[in-house]
Amino acid sequence: MKFGIVVNEGPYQHQASDSAYLFAKAAIAGGHEVWRVFFYHDGVNNASKLTEPPQDDRHIVNRWAKLAEEHKVDLVVCVAAALRRGIKEENLAQGFRISGLGQLVEAGIKCDRLVTFGD
Amino acid sequence: MSEMKKFMFVNRKAPYGTIYALESLEVVLITAAFDQDVSLAFLDDGVYQLKKGQQTKGIETKNFSPAYRALEGYDIEKLYVEKESLEARGIVEEDLLVDVTVLTRAEMGALMDEQDVVLSF
Amino acid sequence: MLHIVNKSPLSSNALDSCLRVAQSGEILLIEDAVYGATGGSAYEEKLREAMGRFKVYVLQPDLEARGLADRLMDGVSPVDYSGFVELAANNKSCQSWL
Repeated sequence: MKFGIVVNEGPYQHQASDSAYLFAKAAIAGGHEVWRVFFYHDGVNNASKLTEPPQDDRHIVNRWAKLAEEHKVDLVVCVAAALRRGIKEENLAQGFRISGLGQLVEAGIKCDRLVTFGD
Repeated sequence: MSEMKKFMFVNRKAPYGTIYALESLEVVLITAAFDQDVSLAFLDDGVYQLKKGQQTKGIETKNFSPAYRALEGYDIEKLYVEKESLEARGIVEEDLLVDVTVLTRAEMGALMDEQDVVLSF
Repeated sequence: MLHIVNKSPLSSNALDSCLRVAQSGEILLIEDAVYGATGGSAYEEKLREAMGRFKVYVLQPDLEARGLADRLMDGVSPVDYSGFVELAANNKSCQSWL
């Protein structure tokens, strides 16, 4: 089954990104495909390569990037939400791309299920 | 894209306090541009999004409420408001800035069950 | 339909709204919503009432993280993340009551 995931909240502030990541990992382990993760609202902050958590904490940004690389997950950051919050190509972490809201709608159309994580 | 799905946007949050109401409108318009079947549902504090007479000058924020009236121009005509949410807030249909269909909670729930994609804001 | 709720019913109306509007289906409590599935809480009776109409699940890792693994109400089924995935897959659609 093809899953789309929406992440609406920033990392470290709200559990949404953690829940979404663990859901994505479990979906892939279960033989499903995670076709796209769409980062919206404050969720765009999951894509900043300037993120530096303390060493004993999980690295939420790199964790998404690694999942994307290993399992060909399309990580899309909403352009309007990103620009409002200072996320641009120059500070975009590896594995993410910036694009429009059409990518969210497309995920809704193409995926068998769309699961939203937020506040 | 020839596939057509039933998209419902569930709005349960008041405007201005958080960004969600505004962002919901953005996705609604894009979804309609993709020729999908679009419905908007307003429940709980989401019904406040449709309240007439919003004046945002004093908070220096864009008043996006006229956009609900413009939806018709994009062939977005399925606006549903839950009756119980209106009643709980002392709001009547005449207080709303756009024509809506008022549904009971059971009717609203049944409509949700018919959807292919439900996005919550 | 799978209804996903992520807020404590003692501080948010998300679960109340879900129970009020949704007609049937399955409910999964994740994140802070797991507090709603603990025995002895003020919400217990309300959730028990809802169990006639809905099958209710709780995300076990979230329950454990909050120190309440031993307080899960009878009749609520614990699932792990793979169980969460299967619930989403087995229902025709899902809705997050944010």
